[in-house]
Amino acid sequence: MKHLFTLAGAGLFAALPAWAQEAATDAAEATAEVAAEVVPVMDKGDVAFMMIATVLVLLMTIPGLALFYGGLVRSKNMLSVLMQTTMIACLGMIIWVTYGYSFAFGGSTSPYWGGLGKLFLAGVDGDSMSATFSAEYVIPEYLFIAFQMTFAAITPALILGAFVERIKFSAALLFSAIWLTFSYFPIAHMVWDAAGLIYNHGAIDFAGGTVVHINAGVAALVAAIVVGKRVGYGKENMAPHSMVMTMIGASLLWVGWFGFNVGSNLEANGGATLAMINTLIATAAATLAWAVIESVLRGKVSMLGAASGMITGLVAVTPACGSIGPMGAIVLGVVASSVSYFFVTTVKAKMGYDDSLDVFGIHGVAGIVGAIGVGVLASPSLGGAGFMAEGGTMGAQVYVQVLGVAITIVWSAVVAYAALMICKATVGLRVPEEAEREGLDLTSHGERAYHM
Amino acid sequence: MIIAAIKPYKLDEVREALTAVGVRGMMVTEIKGFGTQSGHTEIYRGAEYAVNFVPKMRLELVVADSLADQVVDTITKTARTGKIGDGKIFVLDVASALRVRTGETGDDAL
Repeated sequence: MKHLFTLAGAGLFAALPAWAQEAATDAAEATAEVAAEVVPVMDKGDVAFMMIATVLVLLMTIPGLALFYGGLVRSKNMLSVLMQTTMIACLGMIIWVTYGYSFAFGGSTSPYWGGLGKLFLAGVDGDSMSATFSAEYVIPEYLFIAFQMTFAAITPALILGAFVERIKFSAALLFSAIWLTFSYFPIAHMVWDAAGLIYNHGAIDFAGGTVVHINAGVAALVAAIVVGKRVGYGKENMAPHSMVMTMIGASLLWVGWFGFNVGSNLEANGGATLAMINTLIATAAATLAWAVIESVLRGKVSMLGAASGMITGLVAVTPACGSIGPMGAIVLGVVASSVSYFFVTTVKAKMGYDDSLDVFGIHGVAGIVGAIGVGVLASPSLGGAGFMAEGGTMGAQVYVQVLGVAITIVWSAVVAYAALMICKATVGLRVPEEAEREGLDLTSHGERAYHM
Repeated sequence: MIIAAIKPYKLDEVREALTAVGVRGMMVTEIKGFGTQSGHTEIYRGAEYAVNFVPKMRLELVVADSLADQVVDTITKTARTGKIGDGKIFVLDVASALRVRTGETGDDAL
């Protein structure tokens, strides 16, 4: 019926050309007025793209990160890692919608947190819209909340790699809740909110190099030191039980990272494709670089090395993928792999802490390389998209990048330490030694991963 | 009874050669152990682990006395590569044997 009506209308216009001409002119004038006011619209393409990006980030956590970490522990602790990852992610999601979103993006003008304005998602409905990077386009606020929710879910799950195989399940959950509340949400606000402290210094963090990776990496380092080494660390064989699972997990992380990095563009446009190609290139370069370093220094190229290089490249390109060029991404990947390799093989051994799955060595270190590297590689002279400040210099950009990194390191370390002390005083941090020896699968969860 | 520890990849070859000389059954277990052959080192990122026990296949065959020497000889010839780690063979006396299905005993049960 509607189609018929439209056709009849068109026929009428055709029959009265002079009138149609007049109407068209009126319409053009109206459009010009609207354009001047810039009434932003929702684009269904952006919405579809962002919904897919959101579930891709979920894929990073479960099963991606769960399998990546699970394969790296001994078989007696496989389920404990899968469970910690899954439950921390679920807890993070519920905290996010109850108060996390408000703490991060609640609309307050404080440089440190988003306030209480959107507790329990107050005032948000299906018609609420969130801004994108283009003044002409918005996306539904529910979508922005869901997308950012998956970030809040994965970040505390990253930390648990530092204390797997010995942490109490209750402590892992309590720590995550406290750390999310007092470190993740404030840092997310400081870096990404228009009122945020680090944002207003002019720091570039496209998809969360500081918010997610440095934040989690530093908390992991503090946690590894406070929780202490695994029983038998340095003496007993603690080889990963399944490099196959680790390879599957790392690959799922790479796939899911498209949601993370490309989705952070919030719109399906040219900027998104830059983030996409950089996420591919930096990761490939970092994986190759790790393998080359291993072949030169050790003579053999390992699967764990390739998986580590992959994650290193992904982490490093996270803050940078929207502002550097593809050739810059190659450089960033190679540098990140080299520095992280040195950290996990040499520095960790010298320092003697048991960051079991190298959360700091990979996420923290590559995150710092990426966050500072973007200050250099964003330079138009190096193929980048330019600095945050109009006519800004490389030196100035690197300075604000370092400032952002430093604030994040100190903030996260203090909150992580306090959170661990609270856990220690309440539920306790570690399982008893016998339970650790027997494995957390049986002693914490009453299950066994493999019946073979 | 003959107990032999051999390289895992030699198992099929040894089984075929033993069947050819008239062996009608054996037990096989995947085992780990060490002898003259030492283990190897595995490296995971910075962590190096010495793996001291190497995988082997353990064969157990109970055969008639008349066949014993031939079995030992066949395993030796088939499993030998000439390099360290080829394995060991032990020969023991067996007190009795019984076939569960029929109740036969002694050589008839083998």
